Amino acid sequence: MAVKNAELTAGIEIHQQLDTREKLFCRCPTTLRETAEHTGEFHRYLRATESEMGTIDRAAQEEMKRDRLFTYYPYDTTCLVENDEEPPAPLNDEALCVCLTIAKMFSMTAVPQVHTMRKLVIDGSNTSGFQRTALVAMNGTLPNGGLIETICLEEEAAQRVKDDVFSLDRLGIPLVEITTSPCMHTPEEVQEVAEYIGMVLRSTGCVKRGIGTIRQDVNISIPAGARVEIKGVQELDLIAEVVRREVRRQEALIAIRDELKGRGATVDPAAIQDVTPLFSGTKSAILKRAKKCLGITLPGFAGLVGREIQPDRRLGSEMSDYAKKCGVGGIFHTDELPAYGVTAEEVAALRTQLNAKKTDCIIIVAGASEKQATCAANQVILRARLALSDHPVPEETRKMLETGSTAYMRPLPGAARMYPETDVLPVCITTSRWEAIPVPELLTVKAEQFVQDYVIERPYALQLAASDKLPLFQRAVTEGIKPKLAAFTVLSTATELRRDGVEIKMISDEDYLAVWHAVEKGRAAKEAIPALLRNIASGCPVGQAIEQLAPVVSHEELESIIQKIIDERKEFVQTKKMAALGPLMGVVMAEVRGSVDGKVVSGILKQQILLATQGK
Amino acid sequence: MAVIKLDSGYNIGVEADCCTFVAHAAPATPRSVPVNQDPSLPELAIISTGGTIASRIDYRTGAVTSQFDADDILIAIPALAGIARYRTKQLYTILSENMTPSIWQELARAVYAEIQRGVTGIIVTHGTDTMAYSAAALSFMIDTPVPIVFVGSQRSADRPSSDNAVNAVCAASAARSDLGEVAIVMHATTSDDSCAIHRGTRVRKMHTSRRDAFQSIGLDPIGTVDYSTRKVTLGAHAVRRKTHEPALHEALDERCGLVQFYPGMPPEILSAYEGYKGLVLSGTGLGHVSTALIPRIRALIDGGTLVVMTSQCLHGRVCDRVYDTGRDLLAAGVIEGNDMIPEAALVKMMWVLGNEQDKKRAARLMKTDLKGECIGRSAHGC
Repeated sequence: MAVKNAELTAGIEIHQQLDTREKLFCRCPTTLRETAEHTGEFHRYLRATESEMGTIDRAAQEEMKRDRLFTYYPYDTTCLVENDEEPPAPLNDEALCVCLTIAKMFSMTAVPQVHTMRKLVIDGSNTSGFQRTALVAMNGTLPNGGLIETICLEEEAAQRVKDDVFSLDRLGIPLVEITTSPCMHTPEEVQEVAEYIGMVLRSTGCVKRGIGTIRQDVNISIPAGARVEIKGVQELDLIAEVVRREVRRQEALIAIRDELKGRGATVDPAAIQDVTPLFSGTKSAILKRAKKCLGITLPGFAGLVGREIQPDRRLGSEMSDYAKKCGVGGIFHTDELPAYGVTAEEVAALRTQLNAKKTDCIIIVAGASEKQATCAANQVILRARLALSDHPVPEETRKMLETGSTAYMRPLPGAARMYPETDVLPVCITTSRWEAIPVPELLTVKAEQFVQDYVIERPYALQLAASDKLPLFQRAVTEGIKPKLAAFTVLSTATELRRDGVEIKMISDEDYLAVWHAVEKGRAAKEAIPALLRNIASGCPVGQAIEQLAPVVSHEELESIIQKIIDERKEFVQTKKMAALGPLMGVVMAEVRGSVDGKVVSGILKQQILLATQGK
Repeated sequence: MAVIKLDSGYNIGVEADCCTFVAHAAPATPRSVPVNQDPSLPELAIISTGGTIASRIDYRTGAVTSQFDADDILIAIPALAGIARYRTKQLYTILSENMTPSIWQELARAVYAEIQRGVTGIIVTHGTDTMAYSAAALSFMIDTPVPIVFVGSQRSADRPSSDNAVNAVCAASAARSDLGEVAIVMHATTSDDSCAIHRGTRVRKMHTSRRDAFQSIGLDPIGTVDYSTRKVTLGAHAVRRKTHEPALHEALDERCGLVQFYPGMPPEILSAYEGYKGLVLSGTGLGHVSTALIPRIRALIDGGTLVVMTSQCLHGRVCDRVYDTGRDLLAAGVIEGNDMIPEAALVKMMWVLGNEQDKKRAARLMKTDLKGECIGRSAHGC
């Protein structure tokens, strides 16, 4: 679907982990661990508390709908601060330094005094029930003319292992949160800005790399829709798709509302009825297991609850997400029934008992207790009311699903979720400190230099500038290795091998250099590099790996090898003529086992084929 | 620096002279949430001394709010409503390091009044720093037929992870249980799954910040409370409800001190205790101080001060009959403090000297187990 500029306003929040030695509020290392290495576990409840203004945040209240006992995994690299058993240490100065550097790169203004706040998060991802966060600088600029509103220094949340189990290794790693103004108007622009900010962050050389170390949240609204925050978009390539799908969802919800109004649809809380006995002999495992089944009649909703609003998402999915907050697994609605073990007869009986018309949709919730089922039914009523209201797109925090569609997480949090972290003293940013912060060169600038100096292609140059192998590359070039050879090996060959499951971490800088020198001296062919690296990665010393290549072949020897191969395949060469070059290359290369450059082989082979065919 | 709250909720500090006065903020409107107490449940008294069980911080003034009634507590910890109904009395709002023996006495009188009123149990909310001292003090001052349960929190009530709710629920459960003595009820482990019931005279804060900071010394906790089921399990050694007739003996002699010995401690330090009625020494190992201190100690005793030796090992029993220094201390008139925790020995000394004028009888009382503070035999593993 085409998204017109005037329809969409979007802003993004980028969360980037910093590669500091220690965590933000304790002296633990910022090392991620294997879950199996955890040294014990403990269990905690979290409760919503009031802000300093005396109100409870609506997002926090939503998480309180059921008592959840969270399980946490500590490690020998975590401490009592992550366990919420010790007050935080002072704000990590190294992290503040990186944050100020980034702020300066976006021409931001640092706040005179940084105050650490507690941002209420009671989904279990923080043992304390809040995330410590501090606003460090404001008002930056983007190349597209947009604004960066704020940069905050925050502690990373604990990693969810599954359900209500969390791993504490990630908790407390410093991260910066960069928030842009709603200055973007197309899905593609959102993606470009995210890419640009990511590049600036990598230019510091002080950010963590790899999957999960950078996350994008996207704020989207369209006219008559609402502001929606989509969390956890990890892949940049998906941002534009996520934005497109959200616009589609908001438009679909508005259309559904208009249709509901046209039909005179209503929502009545009194429409909740006990239907448990109806399903006493059902084949649906979920309904059979439930202690309480409630039916909710939604007059005029038939067909619309099941209408798709995003790929694989319906209004019913939204209702289901709301109901899940009470701990139920989901809901059934008559737009999708009979199915899932519920028979047509059961649906008919349900319609009769609830006195429902054909135009009505019935929602069934199944709870492990009456309390849970009632809670879920009330959530369905709440979501149905919203669908019919003047604001059919609720202000929500949503999470991205794998394909780019989204699911409801909680209401958008308000300012009530912030209150002061009284255990951390404020930090002043003096003018002299701000002025002393160095501003590193942007990777794009560095890359341009590589294009000129080394005559390598621009995309390679940019990759190289951002690569942690850059120092190796620069050393290789000063040692006389061809820039293209070095760049191709570290960016392309190594990546391919890694994807193939080769432990390229085992290959040292010295190994790479030895391999390149062997190639430059003609001892090894370029084509032999992947095999050499494979060997080295599996533990073979580099010298031995090169020795194992076939012995050096002289020009004369090579000519006679090739002559022999052609002689043996005379007929083939005569028929195919120059087209025989490709197949014969393989045969020759196998014979010399990587000790001769492919170019040299192909040169001689061409000559010999020419001679052989002309000779006739 | 002036602090500004932004619309996003973040605070930032700016130079005060950047700010212009616009208007005073409207006063916060007090909340009115109806709270229903179940008249069919037993009645517990909650006496507050400034613990964080239901306190709120006023961030504008930094003060802890003084409103403290049953409604406030039940709003803060709704789960309490299912355990009992509550009458509340706010005695003090102080940090527990500012406790004094005279406040212990006031607290004892307030608790005793509740016992006489016939409540099922009493909960005392208290800061954790000196909670063990206050619990020991009430143990000696009150003979109680009902549970007197001290409770607090290690993580303040203004954080979602506070231990206040679990501790309060467990304390309330213990306060309506079959217990009949003074106890501290706090987290048993770092997890929110159970609380330990500790005897008031055998408990010590053993960690600065952990939830399970309170530990029974020299004996197992006298009971446990399972948080999810509210089930209270009492040990065989716990004193049961109605074992004792109610009595209040509130006299204390505050002219008592507690001194921890360290290598090289100048003897002159002890001169500061001249004229004191009693002094507890926290000695090394089996109960020792350096030989250089012994003449001063003898002088104190000759001057009428009761001197009791305890051990900074905390675990184990004092025995001054093994080494020469110990024998010299005994010869000087020092009394072996058995296996009492030093702080409990100090509180006991104040109570003994407040109630017994005769030195010899007072000395004998210090060696006698009155409220579980002395354990006759040292069990394995404790």
